[in-house]
Amino acid sequence: MLVSIYRYNPEKDDAPYMQDFEIELPAGKDLMVLDVLNLLKAQDPSISYRRSCREGVCGSDGMNMSGKNGLACITPVSAAAKNNKLVLRPLPGLPVVRDLVVDMGQFYKQYEKIKPFLINETPAPAIERLQSPEEREKLDGLYECILCACCSTACPSFWWNPDKFVGPSGLLQAYRFLADSRDTATQDRLSELDDPFSVFRCHGIMNCVNVCPKGLNPTKAIGHIRTMLVQRAT
Amino acid sequence: MVTQITSFGRSGLYDWMMQRISALVLSAYSIFLIGYLLLNPDLTYEQWSGLFESTSMRIFSLLTLLSIGIHSWIGLWSISTDYIKSTGVRFFFQSVCGLVMFIYVVWGIQVLWGL
Repeated sequence: MLVSIYRYNPEKDDAPYMQDFEIELPAGKDLMVLDVLNLLKAQDPSISYRRSCREGVCGSDGMNMSGKNGLACITPVSAAAKNNKLVLRPLPGLPVVRDLVVDMGQFYKQYEKIKPFLINETPAPAIERLQSPEEREKLDGLYECILCACCSTACPSFWWNPDKFVGPSGLLQAYRFLADSRDTATQDRLSELDDPFSVFRCHGIMNCVNVCPKGLNPTKAIGHIRTMLVQRAT
Repeated sequence: MVTQITSFGRSGLYDWMMQRISALVLSAYSIFLIGYLLLNPDLTYEQWSGLFESTSMRIFSLLTLLSIGIHSWIGLWSISTDYIKSTGVRFFFQSVCGLVMFIYVVWGIQVLWGL
């Protein structure tokens, strides 16, 4: 199989380039893309990429595989390769540190902006803040986000305005705290989002939903935030 | 919170709402005009000018004209903030768009009301 990898080492290269590798894959097995990268790294130790848990939990190995963002560790080669060719590039829209490693700074800045923690001004109870099963259910499909950045880097609105648009991942988390019955800062959170960029730069093209490796739906969460803003203002 | 002074209503929610309301007005006007033309295949000049002379049609047309201005301002503002990264060029583009929309609205009123 032919594997084409985006290579860029700012200390050596003037510009990024694609390097082709020919690799013999073991028969009768459908390897994951990360396994292929590990095999290639044994051949050429200079290939750089992030990986950690190798089972789709840590979110380290988000990358663009034959045009679609995803986690290399849980994407089978059979699903990612086209015409027996696998093209691996870093997540689009973020500055490249080296090869498939991107600088996630801008992504984390947006995450920080939405205050991803519970805010509750009422005195803490003796044991814990309880939730009914129904209240807890509202967080399903929101809390599972692993911050791999596959969605935000698949979003054109995030590409053009990564400093102003919170992006699908950040907004999914914003709604996770807006929907939490234990959080009392709903109004402040909504006020922070009511500008022409933070939420409203989303045009609902659903690239985020298409690529999310955890099967989450940021567009739906953004819709809920919009509804909350409309309800508050009308 | 991202501060913006060149967007239509400064609030993201307001712009979003206005864009949707103006879109509804534009669709209603388009459907009405297409429907009117389809239902009147032998349309005469008198009938057509009579339609636009009625007060209700003038109100509907003016509402549509203002909707075009609002809708295109919000849309083009959005496009300019996506693709034009130089502040000077972006502001120039937004100013030209604003001026063109203003001209269309004033000119449209002149045409519609036969001033």
